[in-house]
Amino acid sequence: MNVINFINAFFSDSAHWHGYDGIPTRVGEHVQYSLEALALAALIGLPIGLVTGHYGRGGNVLSLVATAGRALPTFGLLVVTTIVLGFGMLPVMIPLVVLAVPPILVTTYEAVRSVDPSPVDAARGMGMGESGILLRVELPVALPLIFGGLRSAAIQIVSTATIAAYVSLGGLGRYIVDGLYQHDYEKVVGGATLVAGMALATLAVFWAAAKVTVSPGVRGSN
Amino acid sequence: MIRIDSVTKRYPDGTVAVDRLSLDIPDRSITVLVGPSGCGKTTTLRMINRMVEPSEGTILIDGVDSRQQPVNTLRRSMGYVIQNAGLFQHRTIVDNIATVPRMLGWSKDKARARARELMERVGLDASFAKRYPYQLSGGQQQRVGVARALAADPPVLLMDEPFSAVDPVVRKGLQDELLRIQAELGKTIVFVTHDIDEAVKLGTMVAVLRTGGRLAQFAPPAELLSDPADAFVEDFLGADRGIRRLSFFSSAGLDLLTTPIVAIDSTAEQIAARGATDAPYLLVTGLDGRPLGWSEPGALTAGRIDADRLLPYGRPFVAGRDSLRAALDCAVLSPTGWAVAVDTEGRAAGVVSQTAIGEAIRGAHAAGREERPTPEETPQKVIR
Repeated sequence: MNVINFINAFFSDSAHWHGYDGIPTRVGEHVQYSLEALALAALIGLPIGLVTGHYGRGGNVLSLVATAGRALPTFGLLVVTTIVLGFGMLPVMIPLVVLAVPPILVTTYEAVRSVDPSPVDAARGMGMGESGILLRVELPVALPLIFGGLRSAAIQIVSTATIAAYVSLGGLGRYIVDGLYQHDYEKVVGGATLVAGMALATLAVFWAAAKVTVSPGVRGSN
Repeated sequence: MIRIDSVTKRYPDGTVAVDRLSLDIPDRSITVLVGPSGCGKTTTLRMINRMVEPSEGTILIDGVDSRQQPVNTLRRSMGYVIQNAGLFQHRTIVDNIATVPRMLGWSKDKARARARELMERVGLDASFAKRYPYQLSGGQQQRVGVARALAADPPVLLMDEPFSAVDPVVRKGLQDELLRIQAELGKTIVFVTHDIDEAVKLGTMVAVLRTGGRLAQFAPPAELLSDPADAFVEDFLGADRGIRRLSFFSSAGLDLLTTPIVAIDSTAEQIAARGATDAPYLLVTGLDGRPLGWSEPGALTAGRIDADRLLPYGRPFVAGRDSLRAALDCAVLSPTGWAVAVDTEGRAAGVVSQTAIGEAIRGAHAAGREERPTPEETPQKVIR
C-alpha cells in the first residue's frame, strides 16, 4: 500500500480520464483558475511595482502591504469571502490574488530599483521620456527578476487553487477534498500528484518564457 | 554658442553647488570644466541639458533660453556621454548607437546604417555591431558611448568624466581619438574632468572651478599654465606646470645640427670629418637613415661599426610636429644629453643639445609674453 501503488491505480483507471470528473476536465479547470488569479494579481502587482520601482518611492508602504498580504491565512480568507459573498468564483479569486500580489509587487519593485542607474541617466540625458525609460531601459534589464516574482506567485496559486473545491468549485482540489471525504486515498494521492505535476509544468513555462523574452545581452551580463 | 549667465544651483537643504557662474562656451571647440570634487562641474554640465534645473540665472543656447523648448527636444539636440558609458545591456552595440535616431523617428534601417558609420568613425570594428555591451572592454564601451552621443549629429556634445573609469593607456587612446573626431566634426563640446592633465590636453578653453561652485579661472590651457589667476589655480595645476607648458611650444624653431651624424657605412675620412664638429658624440644611422645610437668619434672604425655597442639614444622627437616638451624630454633621457630629431618617417633629421633647447624655451617664453592676447580677444573672463 505505498504511494506509487496509489498513483499507478489512479492514473490507470480509465474512468478517471473521462467525464465531468475526469482528469482533463479538472486539469482544465485548475489551469483556468490559476491563469485568472495570476492575470489579476499581475494586473495589480506589475504596474504598481514598475512605477514605484522607477520613482524609487513607496518602498516602505509596499513592504508593509506585502507583509500584511503574506500574513493573511488563505484558507481563513476563503471562509470569510464565501460567507460574505456567497458561493461562486469571486470568493475564491480574492484569496488567490491576495496570495499572489505580494511576491509580484515586491520583486518587481526591487527588480526595477536594482537596475544600474547609469544607463537610466544616459537615457534621460539623451531625451528619452520617463515611460520610455521604464519600458525600454529598466524593464528589459529587470525582466529576469520580474519573471522570478511571477513564477513564485504562479506556483503558489497552482498549489493553493485546490481550495476552490472546498466551496463546491472544480479543479484538482476536487480529488483531494472528495477523496478525503470518501476515504479514497488513491484519489487524494492522484490529485496531489497532479497538482505537483502542474507546479513543475509552471516552472517549465516560466523558464521557457524567460528564455524567449530576456535579451541575450542581459543574460550575459548577470 | 552656449552662454551660462550668472547661474546658481542651490539645493533645498541650502547647499550651493554652483554659485553665480558665468561662462561663454565657444562654438566648435572643446571647453573643459575642471576642479576638485564638490566644485559643481558636473552640476554645471547637467544644467546645460536641464538634467538639473538652475535655481537662478539663465542658460542661453544660440541666444535662446534653454527653457523655451521642451526638455526632451533640448536633450535630443545634445549628445550626452557619461562616466561608465551607461550602455543599454539588452541592446546590441548597433542598436545602442541607433537609440537617438530611432527616438527621432528614423527608420530602423537608416538608424542602423548611421550607427555602423559611427562605429567606424570612433574606431570600432564592424564585427562588434551584433555584440552586447558585456562582451566589450571598458574602453570599447566608452567608444560606443561616444558613437551613441554622436548618432543624431547633434551640434553639442556634453561629456561627464567620460574617460575617468578606464586605465591610463586606454584613456590616452580615447583622448587622442576624441581630438581626432573633433578635428573632423567640429562639435561644441563641454567636457567635465577632475584631471588637470586631461583638461590641458583636450581643452581649447579650460574653466577651473573651486569648491563651492565658483569660477576660479577661464582661459586657454597655455595661459592657465603661464598665468594662473591665483594660488588655488596654481596649486591645482601641480608642481611641474612650467614643464607642461612646453607642450604648447613647437619644436619647429630648434636649430638642428646635421653634422654630427654618420651613416653606418661611412668611410674613415667621413668619420674623421664629422668628428671635428662641436658635438662630443656622433649619431650613427643605419642604411635607411634611422638612428642607431651614439658613439665617441674616436671609438668608430670605418667598416667595423658594431650597432650593438653604441650608446642608446632614448626616444627621438619628430622635428616640427612634437613640442619643446618632447624635445626636452628626449634630451633628458639621452645619456649624451643630446636629443635626436627624426622626420615623420623616423629618419634622423638632426641632433640638438640641452643647451640649445633651453635657449629655444627662453625664446618661446619671451615671444609668448609679447603675443599674449589682449583682454578683448580672450574669450569672456570671469564676471563675478
